[in-house]
Amino acid sequence: MVDSSRQAAIVGIGQTEFSKNSGRSEQQLAAEAILLACQDAGIDPSDIDGMTTFSLDNSDEVDVMRSLGCKEINYTTRLPQGGASSVATIVHAKNAVESGMCDVFVIWRAMNERSQYRFGQPAMTISPDAHSSTFLEWCFPFGAQTPAAWEALSCGPYLDKYGVTSEDLGRIAVLMRKHAATNPDAWFFEKPITLEDHQASRWIIEPWLHLLDCCQESDGGVALVITRMDKAADLKQKPVRILGAEYSFLFNHEIISDFYEGDLIHSDISERVAEKLVASSGIAPKDTDVAMIYDNFTPQILRQLEGFGYCGIGEAKDFIKDGHMELDGKSPLSPNGGLMGEGYIHGMNNITEGVRQVRGTAANQVKDVETVFLASGVAGAIIGK
Amino acid sequence: MRPAPRGTGGDEKPVGDMNMRPDPIQRIDTAFFWEACERGEFVAQKCEKCDVLWHPPRPICPTCHSNEKTTQKLSGKGKLLSWVRQVTPAAFGFSESPIAALIELEEGIRLVSNLEGVAVEDIVIGMAVMVDFAQTSGGKAVPIFRAAEAS
Repeated sequence: MVDSSRQAAIVGIGQTEFSKNSGRSEQQLAAEAILLACQDAGIDPSDIDGMTTFSLDNSDEVDVMRSLGCKEINYTTRLPQGGASSVATIVHAKNAVESGMCDVFVIWRAMNERSQYRFGQPAMTISPDAHSSTFLEWCFPFGAQTPAAWEALSCGPYLDKYGVTSEDLGRIAVLMRKHAATNPDAWFFEKPITLEDHQASRWIIEPWLHLLDCCQESDGGVALVITRMDKAADLKQKPVRILGAEYSFLFNHEIISDFYEGDLIHSDISERVAEKLVASSGIAPKDTDVAMIYDNFTPQILRQLEGFGYCGIGEAKDFIKDGHMELDGKSPLSPNGGLMGEGYIHGMNNITEGVRQVRGTAANQVKDVETVFLASGVAGAIIGK
Repeated sequence: MRPAPRGTGGDEKPVGDMNMRPDPIQRIDTAFFWEACERGEFVAQKCEKCDVLWHPPRPICPTCHSNEKTTQKLSGKGKLLSWVRQVTPAAFGFSESPIAALIELEEGIRLVSNLEGVAVEDIVIGMAVMVDFAQTSGGKAVPIFRAAEAS
């Protein structure tokens, strides 16, 4: 672990409203979110000297610099693998500032994935290429054409083996919407659902996913500012330290279309990330106070809970049912309502919620939070006071 | 978890020819697989040197790093690992969304395909399946699977 004065910390968070029609460009959403994050931190945007986003983000670094007035950046990179890389952005930010390459590192993600295009629907114009899409060649002509279809196909053997029912999955959706219902920033603020609502919602993918098993498609932008603890002292917010941040990807695996390697039961990659996190931070995910876990589809929560070590294999459905992930449980899950309840900015809005939980400023604030686990399948981070 | 934007959204109805399966998207390193299907042959890539089968195909063997590739004709026998039907939105190019299936072949490799001729209520995970071929809109072919007849 680095010397504590050189440790990376999240010092600013920013987000636009989460909607279904932002009415402005993705580039503008990106600029607004970054500006808000800088203002939150008390940092002049012209001091930004490093940045990252997703390979799928449509705002160019040149334009981001032009909007924010950034003078010079020392480092920029883009991450593959879609939402699975949301927490991987923290790995890059940590390394960039702790190495001294950057002092003020910005992460952004901005998308009009509801009003301008549909993330959850078949793409007619893409070709297999390096943009996390080579797998399409092997799925598209067989009518497996959406993220929900790929997810359900890869989770099927797990769900089948452990007798996971639609009601088990529905309890996750009900929990997410319960949390969103009391979060004014959530699209589904004051709109909780019942298990009956979940069961009655239309099929998206037989035999596993109803509409309410799926995250939203949202418009919005999210940004974070990361610096080192020695720089953080003079800023507006109490810094949230990055105690550990790890990424892993393993041979012959894929992201959402992970069909070709392993037993389709164990989440080998998440297990590896958890192992590396314990080694680097000395903290296991299950021992943190809040779990912010990427909830694109309900089965993904079960598989990650087991992969990251919250419970044993096949036990996650009962871990949820027994109330451990309620706000007053031992590991509250996404108090913002997650990607299902608050909004789907490709996972990044779960990271800003993790920061608020450590600061003690969240709408659904968990008591006495010292540490928060951030997870997106192939990446995990532990942040804390 | 999704490739880049593609045009205006908002419409849940699929567009295009409703009765024709999309052609496979062929690439330089994968065309052999689809061309074999057009001849009615079901093959996998094999490393000439270490005799290992790979799917999806790749330009060099990850075990010995040889780029001397060949193909092996497969038995076409396998078992069903997982299945889904894309209900909403309906699968593009199909009059009715097909059963998409994850198949493990007896040679040990897996692929995504379709399960045809089996009613949903008769699908059993682990059931034995046998390859067949289906035509696509542009006159190409893809491998599909049917329940294996009891021998």
